[in-house]
Amino acid sequence: MKISRSALVVAAVALVFFAVVPLISLHVPWILPGTLDVVNSTGTLEVLALCFIFAGVALGYDVIFGFTGLLSLGPVMYFAIGVYVFDIAMSHWNWALVPALALTLGVSLVFALAFGALALRVKGIAFTMVTLAFAQAFYYLVEDNPHGLTGGDTGLALVSNRLPSFLSGAVSNTRNLYWMTLGFLVVSYFVVWLVTESSSGHVLVAVRENERRLEVMGVRTFPYKLGAYTLSSLVATGGGVAYILLIGTAVPAAVASTTVSLAVLVMVVLGGAGTRWGAVTGALVYVYLQQYLLKVASEPSFTTLPAVLRVPLSQPQFLLGTLFVLFVIFVPGGIAGIVARLRGQSVAASKRFNWRKSLRVKEDDQ
Amino acid sequence: MNALQVRDLHVTLGGSHVLQGVSFDVPTGGVTALLGRNGVGKTTTLKALLGIVASTGDRNVLGTNTKGLSTHRVVKLGVGYVPEDRDVFAGLSVEENLRLAEQRDDPRYDEVFALFPELKSRARQRAGTLSGGQQQMVSIARVLLNGWPLLLVDEPSKGLAPKLVSELTDVLERVAATSTIFLVEQNLAVVKRLASRIIVLDHGEVVHTGTADELADEALARRFLGVAGAR
Amino acid sequence: MNIFLALTFSGFALGGVYFLAASGLSLIYGLMDILNFAHGLFMTLGAYAAWDVAAHLPASWGASTLFGIALVSSVLGGAIAAGLTEFFIIRHLYARPVSQILVTIGLDLAVVGLLLGGFGSNSLAVPVPLWIMEATKVGSINLPNADFVALLAGVVVLVVLEWFLARTRYGIIIRAGVENRTMVSALGINVGKAFTLVFVIGGAMAGLAGLLYSVVFAGDLISPTQGDSLLIFAFIVVVIGGLGSIRGSAIAALIVGLTQDYTNFYLGGHPGLAEIGNLSVVLLLAVVLEWRPRGLLGRAL
Repeated sequence: MKISRSALVVAAVALVFFAVVPLISLHVPWILPGTLDVVNSTGTLEVLALCFIFAGVALGYDVIFGFTGLLSLGPVMYFAIGVYVFDIAMSHWNWALVPALALTLGVSLVFALAFGALALRVKGIAFTMVTLAFAQAFYYLVEDNPHGLTGGDTGLALVSNRLPSFLSGAVSNTRNLYWMTLGFLVVSYFVVWLVTESSSGHVLVAVRENERRLEVMGVRTFPYKLGAYTLSSLVATGGGVAYILLIGTAVPAAVASTTVSLAVLVMVVLGGAGTRWGAVTGALVYVYLQQYLLKVASEPSFTTLPAVLRVPLSQPQFLLGTLFVLFVIFVPGGIAGIVARLRGQSVAASKRFNWRKSLRVKEDDQ
Repeated sequence: MNALQVRDLHVTLGGSHVLQGVSFDVPTGGVTALLGRNGVGKTTTLKALLGIVASTGDRNVLGTNTKGLSTHRVVKLGVGYVPEDRDVFAGLSVEENLRLAEQRDDPRYDEVFALFPELKSRARQRAGTLSGGQQQMVSIARVLLNGWPLLLVDEPSKGLAPKLVSELTDVLERVAATSTIFLVEQNLAVVKRLASRIIVLDHGEVVHTGTADELADEALARRFLGVAGAR
Repeated sequence: MNIFLALTFSGFALGGVYFLAASGLSLIYGLMDILNFAHGLFMTLGAYAAWDVAAHLPASWGASTLFGIALVSSVLGGAIAAGLTEFFIIRHLYARPVSQILVTIGLDLAVVGLLLGGFGSNSLAVPVPLWIMEATKVGSINLPNADFVALLAGVVVLVVLEWFLARTRYGIIIRAGVENRTMVSALGINVGKAFTLVFVIGGAMAGLAGLLYSVVFAGDLISPTQGDSLLIFAFIVVVIGGLGSIRGSAIAALIVGLTQDYTNFYLGGHPGLAEIGNLSVVLLLAVVLEWRPRGLLGRAL
């Protein structure tokens, strides 16, 4: 298991920095996303916490997309499971925290194994379309509000007297929630790092590069692919639980819509697929920018801009989508790719995602 | 001027360095055969010449350097391709398959139907329902329509009954009178009948160039082909 | 019984719209290996183009004329959007298949974002002639005229498309290219032109699908996100029908349309099953995948 000294130092510094952010009361103009320009304001902490949640989800997604090469659009489904099952267990059924968490992860595991096995029956493009269809179906299910459980379009709030006091109340305990999400990110990173650096992780990369060759060698790739899919789904579920704890309410459009899956994909590609820290960076940048742009768009001075500028700039989706398109065309290796090139490493490092791989399964030669 | 001139051709496929600096000339006129064991890279060489697989090195086709040219442009220089597995379009009729291949104002249908009368009678038949031999006829007819000066032919006898192989060889012999043929073949008898020159590939390089008479020596022939000789 | 017939007819109409949306996707994938997420965008833009053109023309021209012009505008809008996309963006990414898919996703996100900003999530109304909102009595059932239009559009496009593929040189090139793109190049044909053509045709049909969907099934309202909802159904139809097969798309579109209609009506009344129509379509997809992964008429994946 190789860890470069400089990478370890950077990671340690970043972790320490983020851990102490809630204690910094500095006033910093312009760049903060909260309404108050103070570093440890509730608004800023909430945005950063959201960043950490999605960084974890993006990390999990990197396992299935970046490392295994499977373009799944299902993550939102498991994120939504994390949000709703946990919320339902605590708010409707009055369960305690730990059992609710266990139930949520259990449900996610069952769904991942079932849907993963079904979706993996097809390869390439069809796999992607199937994962999209399943995610969309889940969205319909949630919107339907079966038995009044999910609250449909109006949403479901997390209301429970069994929630430990240090975690409840978004405003009074933002710091604790912030550290909780940071903890989620650290745990996710650790788990993902363990898996991808293990021999199984190398099999996943081999599946991505040349699955046919593996099969010819007699390796059954299905368990590995299903394993990657399941791991990525469980991490997404964890993110969903963290989300509902942080935000306090769940609305289908925000947590179950397929746009979330697309956003996670954008985060991983922006940061650099197949590099782990790329996914984290991509997510941090994406969510931060998104929230920051929303804040900027609501400022009084902004509304004085001419419509031609104001309309595009007020839509984070447009700006981030355009950024994504530019990155895909000109910087396919993402931020991690840029850093690698600056450090003089060859762009074709085996770990990194191979953009020239054909998706038509029958290709015998390139 | 040589029909083909290749210098230091390298091809890497799926991580494996298949061609490691291949160099050879194919003179204009007659049949030059490319020989070697199974999997040594003969088909890959043809594909590299057409630009179907990426390669580095110098490739001169009919006097033009083909660096950076896309496949259809290389073909338009005057190259006909008869691929290893026929690659006819199964869902199209025989007629459509031929029409698709037309690259000149007066395609030579008379000549093609004279050589392969069956193609005329089966014009409307879906190519996917043809026998292997009939598909091979379509595949060869496609290049004959245009009278290309250079033909790249990959294992035309593969999977065909001996009688068909013999007829096929007749056709190729006739074509060789007016075009240069670069032939990949494992069937020794066919090679002996058609080829005047041979180029032998092994371990990603050219290990021998010579004349076809050398194939009279059984032991040598076996070494070149890597397998037992005539089928 | 009457209800059943009426449902069947509207299921057919829905199938017509799905076919328009799916056939372009199927061809684009069959020939170019691209999962075109921007297809939803072309549908939305087609609808908006129709609205925009109609809004700038004098009402004195008559609702039917304006509607006809709207139809044409939607086709052109979709075609132009698709052509620009292929020419400026997709074309440069042929060596990178995954990038091509991602770029269409990014485009979809970006332009829908722009539309949301410009028009808000408010729905706009497309001017339609009165007769579209009415119904015609056939036998003892009332069939909505709008459904006739949708079904007719689907059938006309199917016939024209089949003719094009069977009789024209580019049609043959496309059919051959779906089977074996490399060999087509090896015959000296520039496949790139076929790519652009297929993209433009797909876009044109998508534009029409977008407008018809709004008029016939969304109460005549267009919104920025409608294309994406329709897109997912188009994907399902394509997978069920088989990637690359026009006839497969046609059959699958009918099956999906009918399934949605029947289940929505017969089961949708129960509590918690309001979206059963949509869910049952996904279930159908799961069944097809279990039984025949390549779809009804698709080539081997």
